[in-house]
Amino acid sequence: MLDALLTPIGQGFLAVAGFIGLNADLMDRYGLRFLQGVWVTVELVGLSMIFGAILALPLAIARVEGGKITSRLAFGYSYFFRGTPLLAQTFLVYYGAGQFREFFTDIGLWWFFRDAFNCAVFTFTLNTAAYQAEILRGGLQSLPVGQNEGGKSLGLTRYQIYRTVLLPQAYAVGLRPLGNEVVLMIKSSAIASVVTVYDLMGVTRLAFSRSYDMEVYLWAAVLYLLMVEIVRRVWDVLERRLNRHVAVSR
Amino acid sequence: MEFLTLLSFGPGGWGDEIARGALLTVELALATLPFGLALGLLVALGKDAPSPVVRSAATVFTTVFRGLPELLTLFIVYYGGQMLLTRLAGYFWPGANVEVNQFLAGVVALGLVLAAFSSEVFYAALKAVPRGQKEAAAALGLPKWQAFRLVVFPQLWRVALPGLSNNWMVLMKDTSLVSVIAINDLMRQTAIAVGVTKQPFFFYLVACLIYLAFSILSSLVLTRAEARASRGLKRAGAK
Repeated sequence: MLDALLTPIGQGFLAVAGFIGLNADLMDRYGLRFLQGVWVTVELVGLSMIFGAILALPLAIARVEGGKITSRLAFGYSYFFRGTPLLAQTFLVYYGAGQFREFFTDIGLWWFFRDAFNCAVFTFTLNTAAYQAEILRGGLQSLPVGQNEGGKSLGLTRYQIYRTVLLPQAYAVGLRPLGNEVVLMIKSSAIASVVTVYDLMGVTRLAFSRSYDMEVYLWAAVLYLLMVEIVRRVWDVLERRLNRHVAVSR
Repeated sequence: MEFLTLLSFGPGGWGDEIARGALLTVELALATLPFGLALGLLVALGKDAPSPVVRSAATVFTTVFRGLPELLTLFIVYYGGQMLLTRLAGYFWPGANVEVNQFLAGVVALGLVLAAFSSEVFYAALKAVPRGQKEAAAALGLPKWQAFRLVVFPQLWRVALPGLSNNWMVLMKDTSLVSVIAINDLMRQTAIAVGVTKQPFFFYLVACLIYLAFSILSSLVLTRAEARASRGLKRAGAK
């Protein structure tokens, strides 16, 4: 039933593609693969951003609230992950995990690190957490001290002050940089293709190695630009919605 | 102790190979810098050009190369350049096969990305130089090029430097991607060492620490450069 509906759409698409001078044959063979690749990229970025956000929260608070040792540890973490290439980090995790296979089997985590996709998500999470923690820290430190004092004078606990007063404002300040981080993550996720993940870039490399047709790189370029543009548009809307109470001087 | 032997220079250790790779990484970054910055400045001036065609061309350039993954840009430049040049050469010498030098492809690809990002920085800095500066230079009878070189650019440079420092840090890290098209940079030499010794965790950690050392060194140098670029300026809080 669905097939009967989708087949003519697909064929129509191929006909149009052929008409404007694209290689319809190649698209017929790899088109669906490309869509799967887009989905893997979306999964990579989505999972990493979410887990990264969860990890960034304690890191940012450790930077702001922590004593000498805690805040320095959090700073060291951020510095390491922001100062080294993501490719090196990915290799460190993916190949490094293989070296400690027995250890991971013993603690029952080998099933996780055996899979390249998991390793990529794991590395990207650690990486984006460092960047997101810096964004959040910047947001928290940009708030006037009166916000903290106001919360205290209302008798709120430390946890309540963070949850209801400080964090919402810090995220509002950091909204734009967080959007940039999503875009950076979409772009960096192409690195996963180097460790055999078939994300959009991985599928593109596969299709190119079999066809030697430059066109596949152009499809990938268009799809990446499309994803980046969608995130940008969504973030514009988010910013207008979530920050509408802030007087904008533009 | 065993790890120190692995890093030693000479036939038994990988110290010299990795050092050579690190040198190539630095060379690549330094070779990309002038090309990328010059193109970035040109694109920034293009965004400010009177002609709408030039303006939109500059905007399209930044949108594309800021939005594409660096890895994809690298592949497009490397394989695309190879095919394009082969086809061009085919017109003159039928059957010719052109090999694109990987180092050059790396410089061009990373340079395009750097140009796209730095053009944004340059453009913002260009806007920060008051119009009167250019007008004063014209009033002094300076030709357009001299007015830019002597009056506008030094002021633009001061505003742009922090942003450009950021771009440089990103460039340093992006150089690691060229290892994918078989340049013997730090990343690839490390991979070779890993292939032989089966010590991936140790060697990739060493590579990370070398990149980290480059970052720290760069930020030290750039902080001084920023201080120097602002030497004619008195800050509100300064004594």
